[in-house]
Amino acid sequence: MAADTSQSVAKAAGDDVENDVAARGRSRRTDSDPTDRGGKGASGLRRALATHWYAWAMVAPVVLVLGVIIGWPLVRGIYLSLTDANERNVSRTIGVRHIEATYEFVGLDNYVAVLGDPVFLQRLVWTVMWTVACVSITFTLGLALANMLNRDFRGRAAYRMALILPWAVPGFVSVFAWRFLFNRDNGILNKILDGGGIAAIPWLDDPTWAKFSVVAVNVWLGVPFMMVALLGGLQSIPGELYEAAEMDGASAWQRFRHITLPGLRAVSMTVILLSTIWTFNMFPVIFLLTRGGPGDSTEILVTQAFREAFVSSPRDFAGSATWGVLILALLMIFALVYRRSLRKQGEVW
Amino acid sequence: MSTANTAATTTADKATAGKQTAGKATAGKSTTRARGSRSPLASVGLHATLVVASVIAVFPVLWIVLTSLKPAKHAITTDFVKEPTLGNYTYLLEQSHFLSWFANSVLVAGVTTVLGVFIAATTGYAVSRFKFPGMRPLMWTLLITQMFPMAILIVPLYNLMGDLGLLNQPLGLIITYLTIAVPFCAWMMKGFFDTIPVEIDESGRVDGLNPFGTFWRLILPLAKPGLAVTGFYAFITAWGEVAYASAFMVGEENLTLAGGLQTFVTQYTSNWGAMSAASVLIAIPAAIFFVFAQRHLVAGMTAGATKG
Repeated sequence: MAADTSQSVAKAAGDDVENDVAARGRSRRTDSDPTDRGGKGASGLRRALATHWYAWAMVAPVVLVLGVIIGWPLVRGIYLSLTDANERNVSRTIGVRHIEATYEFVGLDNYVAVLGDPVFLQRLVWTVMWTVACVSITFTLGLALANMLNRDFRGRAAYRMALILPWAVPGFVSVFAWRFLFNRDNGILNKILDGGGIAAIPWLDDPTWAKFSVVAVNVWLGVPFMMVALLGGLQSIPGELYEAAEMDGASAWQRFRHITLPGLRAVSMTVILLSTIWTFNMFPVIFLLTRGGPGDSTEILVTQAFREAFVSSPRDFAGSATWGVLILALLMIFALVYRRSLRKQGEVW
Repeated sequence: MSTANTAATTTADKATAGKQTAGKATAGKSTTRARGSRSPLASVGLHATLVVASVIAVFPVLWIVLTSLKPAKHAITTDFVKEPTLGNYTYLLEQSHFLSWFANSVLVAGVTTVLGVFIAATTGYAVSRFKFPGMRPLMWTLLITQMFPMAILIVPLYNLMGDLGLLNQPLGLIITYLTIAVPFCAWMMKGFFDTIPVEIDESGRVDGLNPFGTFWRLILPLAKPGLAVTGFYAFITAWGEVAYASAFMVGEENLTLAGGLQTFVTQYTSNWGAMSAASVLIAIPAAIFFVFAQRHLVAGMTAGATKG
């Protein structure tokens, strides 16, 4: 769902200039500049209101919604992570009787407990491995397929349609389809292997194979988006560049290395960022395919947070909130580092 | 010579793997075949690779379709077709809660989409057209909320819905999905509004329309395809959401499709026939819409990036 960010992320910075121009009709530049307004107090505020009231009125519904159903729960989530809330002491209504909350503020105890537990490190390591494996394989396959499809040949539309199919089917349906294929005793994959005289593979029942399987399914789900996005990028590279390179005697590999890859840079950066965030937070694949099992071998951070609050007994709301806050912190750090490294290389992002 | 052809040459050689590429690296422009055409070997390599990839992409889906047409007792056989029947579908429609799950999903996803698009439309426009104090923080907030893992909001929202008595109610799930849909719709619509020339706004102003009038009478009608695509994507997201739906909805007839499908295959039972039939019925509407919206969708999502 974060997909749309891509475009605006990529050009957020550049847009400001345009907006400035676009807004010239009514808003004078001096008013748009926050530093300018700072010292003027009430009259400045009134003038800002007079100039910008329609813009503020237009964004008001979203700001309200963000504040009420995202901002407030977020603050509450952070607060819960500092308490000992679980299903026994939160406020709840049983029949007509309402029971008040009795949980208490415990400071950073939950964080100490979670970070001090080797489980956190295990989950983190596997989550990072899972993300890196999924994103790199998906990107490589997507790039290869996009390159193949970016050309005229008979049947191209049919291939494109077939390759995009995994994206068109709702994710949770596909995951069930794969669970069916992976089934140890009755799944078609093992029956095919059996036909070839190979012993059944415990796709979802062995820790190592289960890891392989979840990555495979996530790659299967992710390749179409990657492929289509990169195909769009490829089509925006001017053909003259290739012609010029070929005239100069550049080999296919050189053309790919020095024209295609740099030409795809912007779109690659965006899709890799998106794909990393999606994969890091990829709940359905793990939850529906293995439920984090066998044991806890495929549990990633988000499924762990979900398990704390909704699977384990008693439900540990504070613990889950703690995991949630830690996941958010990790993602923020990642986004900042990513952005900084792009900036260093001169990307506007 | 078109871009497609030129880039095609690049990959043709790649597709046929090392041999060809290595050959070209040294041969360079001494190659005699015309640009854009391929050696038969390259052609075979290309088609072989794509056929394999397509089979991998299609097979799981195809297999589910085939399984759904087999009688339940043959669900786990490897035959492609065996005594084809619609038994699984009649079972699904008559003896399971499938129809109420379907109705729940349509209700939740539909209302989420309409509300999401409705709430976010003006914001997308304001962010696209005006520069105003608070715009940058707002854009950052919209961006960052899309990174939020559901793990951070699920517990507080669960407790909140519990307090409000909205657990197990479609309304609770709708409110929850708005946390996903609103920031996303606002971003996506900003992108679509960006593609509409500013001159249209200006002509509106010249004719004496205020900004709301401009937005309502001039821009919104032009942005209809964009709104449709945004709405479609919001719908699909809500349609396929698993975590909130699994946590908030309990009790057979309250489930949405994502929850309901899980009940066919549990630790104790595995009704693969019904599961596959349900999968087909869930996937068909989504897939049909997807085929129509797909081109616009991709353009909308990557427009800025490819331009950059």
